[in-house]
Amino acid sequence: MSSLPTYTEQIPEAGLRAAMGMDRPGIISAIGASGLKGRGGAGFPTGVKWNFAAAAQADQKFVICNADEGEPGTFKDRVILQEHADLVFEGMTIAGKAIGAHEGILFLRGEYAYLRGHLEAALAGRRDRNLLGRGILGSNLDFDIRIFMGAGAYICGEETALIEALEGFRGEPRNRPPFPVNTGFMGRPSIVNNVETLAWAACILGNGPEWFRSHGTEKSTGRKIFSVSGDCARPGVYEFPMGLTVAELLREVGGEDAKAAQIGGAAGQCVPAKDFKRSIAFEDIPTGGSVIVLGPQRDMLDVLHNFLEFFVDESCGQCAPCRLGTTKLLEGLDMLRKGTCSMAYLKELCSLGETMQVASKCGLGQSSPNAFLSVVANFREELMGRIPTHA
Amino acid sequence: MSTELPETPKRAPSSQQGQSVAVAENPSAIGGTVSISIDGQALKVPLGTTILDAARRIGITIPTLCHHPDLCVAGVCRICSVEVEGQRTLQAACAYPVTSPIKVLTHTRKVRMARRHIVDLLLSDHYGHCYACGRNNNCELQALAKEYGVDFFRFGHPEKPMHEIDLSSYSVVRDNNKCVLCRRCVRTCIDVQDVGTIEVLGRGRTSHVATFLDKPLGSVVCINCGQCINRCPTGALRANDPTDEVWEAIHDPKKHVVIQTAPSPRAAIGECFGQPAGTALTFELNTALRMCGFDQVFDTNFSADLTIMEEGTELLLRLKKALADGEPAAFPQFTSCSPGWVKYLEHFYPEYIPNLSTAKSPQQMFGAVIKTYYAQKQGIDPRDIVTVALMPCSAKKFECNRPEMDDSGYKDVDYGLTTRELAKMISETGIDLPRLAKSDFDAPFGTATGSGVIFGATGGVMEAALRTVIELVVGVKVEDLFEHADIKPVRGFEGVKYAELPIPKVGPVPALLAPLFPSWDFLKGAILKVAVAHGTANAKAVMEDIKRGGPFSQCHFIEFMGCPGGCLGGGGQPIPTSPEIRKARAGAIYAEDSAYAVRKSHENPDVLKIYDEFLTEGPCGHRSHKLLHTHYTERGRYIE
Repeated sequence: MSSLPTYTEQIPEAGLRAAMGMDRPGIISAIGASGLKGRGGAGFPTGVKWNFAAAAQADQKFVICNADEGEPGTFKDRVILQEHADLVFEGMTIAGKAIGAHEGILFLRGEYAYLRGHLEAALAGRRDRNLLGRGILGSNLDFDIRIFMGAGAYICGEETALIEALEGFRGEPRNRPPFPVNTGFMGRPSIVNNVETLAWAACILGNGPEWFRSHGTEKSTGRKIFSVSGDCARPGVYEFPMGLTVAELLREVGGEDAKAAQIGGAAGQCVPAKDFKRSIAFEDIPTGGSVIVLGPQRDMLDVLHNFLEFFVDESCGQCAPCRLGTTKLLEGLDMLRKGTCSMAYLKELCSLGETMQVASKCGLGQSSPNAFLSVVANFREELMGRIPTHA
Repeated sequence: MSTELPETPKRAPSSQQGQSVAVAENPSAIGGTVSISIDGQALKVPLGTTILDAARRIGITIPTLCHHPDLCVAGVCRICSVEVEGQRTLQAACAYPVTSPIKVLTHTRKVRMARRHIVDLLLSDHYGHCYACGRNNNCELQALAKEYGVDFFRFGHPEKPMHEIDLSSYSVVRDNNKCVLCRRCVRTCIDVQDVGTIEVLGRGRTSHVATFLDKPLGSVVCINCGQCINRCPTGALRANDPTDEVWEAIHDPKKHVVIQTAPSPRAAIGECFGQPAGTALTFELNTALRMCGFDQVFDTNFSADLTIMEEGTELLLRLKKALADGEPAAFPQFTSCSPGWVKYLEHFYPEYIPNLSTAKSPQQMFGAVIKTYYAQKQGIDPRDIVTVALMPCSAKKFECNRPEMDDSGYKDVDYGLTTRELAKMISETGIDLPRLAKSDFDAPFGTATGSGVIFGATGGVMEAALRTVIELVVGVKVEDLFEHADIKPVRGFEGVKYAELPIPKVGPVPALLAPLFPSWDFLKGAILKVAVAHGTANAKAVMEDIKRGGPFSQCHFIEFMGCPGGCLGGGGQPIPTSPEIRKARAGAIYAEDSAYAVRKSHENPDVLKIYDEFLTEGPCGHRSHKLLHTHYTERGRYIE
């Protein structure tokens, strides 16, 4: 059985054909009514984003698919692109019609270069079937998609850094506002959507917003694709409704004995067992789909060390709070492990973490201290033995 | 003829460019104003004004570090973080355009903690001690540390240097240990100068400001303009400082140490002594230099006037070749006074070297004259003469070390000092410069003209040249054409200026030029087309226009200055710099010009005397060519 049952049962191009019969506001209100929120993790309402870009006046607009899947523990976009590339391209084409764009760009993670041939073939097939190019399906819609290869930087998953890279510059986040929906690629209105978001958009057009809303919660509608890894019996890619509890998820994947689950990747939060009844939804524990199961034997400081090293390497180095803050947190962790971190300094580092959450330039800097703060908050007993008692 | 230049695209990544709505002073121009409340004070600002600018309008101070009035917005240091009601995260005031009514709080607990943390973080990565730093008391990081009450290193302080100091360039020293990665230098090099010598390399904690492949600055494509130094908030960039050698020479009784002072440092050095920008201390400085122990104090304006004679004659010779003899001549002729510009051309437009005037810069002409004419006159062995040049410029240090600059038989100019370095020397002696009595320059180069003075401002060389050409060729008084001899069309800070000077009639050829020109008839009815560009980004725009065969290719003479504002904005000038500061310095320079009795280079009695006594074949004669003219190197953009 496919790990992505809903995508598998879609009638090919049903969404695109439906969109062809609708006007632009109709498409956007369908997406809006479905309650679809960004599946990359930030959870911004997709209909609102499309509407902003549709309303912006410009000679050119762009649909950008963010396939720079770099969050540790996330690999669902890779599977979606492998198994359902057409659904993603269909979603991009629908988005193109919705906002009035003629060009789509798939920003493909550098490490996924091996998928390029497969994706180019899918694009060629769509052109042959008149699903891309001029006058799509006999309508007056002109839209085509090209693939742009990322070069291996985590930061380029941040939408404005991605746009910088697309423009040929060093991939670094821009100041916001203005937002890409107004001033995006080449200064033109652009929407940047996650692979999964675009696939769901195609499904929603094919089945209607009510079909999508029949799953999930009031604030987090629909279903979601998860990448599950770590200390569990059945790691892999899963499709679940939004709003399921952590415990439910762990049961499905064979990770019931976990002491914690890192949800949302390195930038997400570390949920301790006592909170496993909480639900995975934008209103509770948001996620881009990464769940790393941490078994009872895991040393939380090792886990944290791994994440922090990642951030120290992957910070773009642009803003001071992230570039230097991640370094200080990592150094602090090493002090903790050596038993040389005083209680007072640990407090100082937590306060620094709070500054990083509000003062960093982009979402990645703002989320880089999350893991540190949640481990300190939830696994104090694992730290206490390592703090010098005289301090 | 339209001389509008197409907008050249900025090369800085848009993440480093302001993307805010253009702010119009006239609010109705872009759709009105927007209300904003800052710390409870309400005001209306033009749509798109940043929070920072709005706060400044009502006297609320928000600290900045990566922000600079000459540069596009970066928003990377985050020290200007403020709270905007309704937003989860803090916002960078410098980068946040106000487009809808917002409430801003500038000193909440969150904001204060964030700023303190940012300062502490920057200090944790900043090696060195304030009291052992050239920017002590003139450092923006130090000022922030004071402002935020830093009394201990919360997140530590490096005990060992993390980077090697790059001393490879004659002009600019890079010490990445003190770099706070504000990227002002990068934005300066890419956007203001359009050279692109430095960029950020590496990611995360390995990110650092770097040259191409981290090669030494001395071996990459750098024009030595030092604009990066002027905008560095810390001591990470400085000029290569020869003051120790200069002191040694002064203290050596066998050495005869002479200094020439250029007009721009004189109009700016007061800033190093607490004076407002635009305070000229030309004659107080003469007194100070003698007190420091310099044997003779000369005025670079003398050789600026000499430059006008040589470069102007060269221009007339080219015109004669083209118009009278029908031979090909390289037009437009480009000025060669600015060593930053010269090296820029050698790197980026080497095919245009024939257009560059062969006349040396005033600094180098002076050096050659001192070690020949002056040495003979005074009966001093040129071996014992040490020539020092006070310049507003870091590129002058490279220029005086060019291997070809030894036409006197010795190194023509031994040391180039910047304004900042001389200020330091004066401070060391305990001299309070602004309070000193005034004194004159020394003979035989003591008389200067206003034309020499205005070399310091953009358009000044052109104005000086035009004053002389009008009088020598047209045979009328400049004052008859331009009120008070102020040639306003070539003045001002516009990036590129263009002017035309019709020559309806010609006068008799003056005796000095008679050996070269039987008459001026070939110029009769001609329209002299000239242009002025300052800052190499503007120079590039003009050069690209010339390459395309655009209107600027039709010019006869173009003044190029490497630095924004001309020499007065040079890389050796006091820090900080801003458009207002440069404007004030220009004010001082033009005021000095109008105060001079003699304002035209060809009327400078010392210049006439040197042509009478020493350069007896006149301008562009044999000896002039040997001593006062030079050649250039095709460098290209690629390094070995």
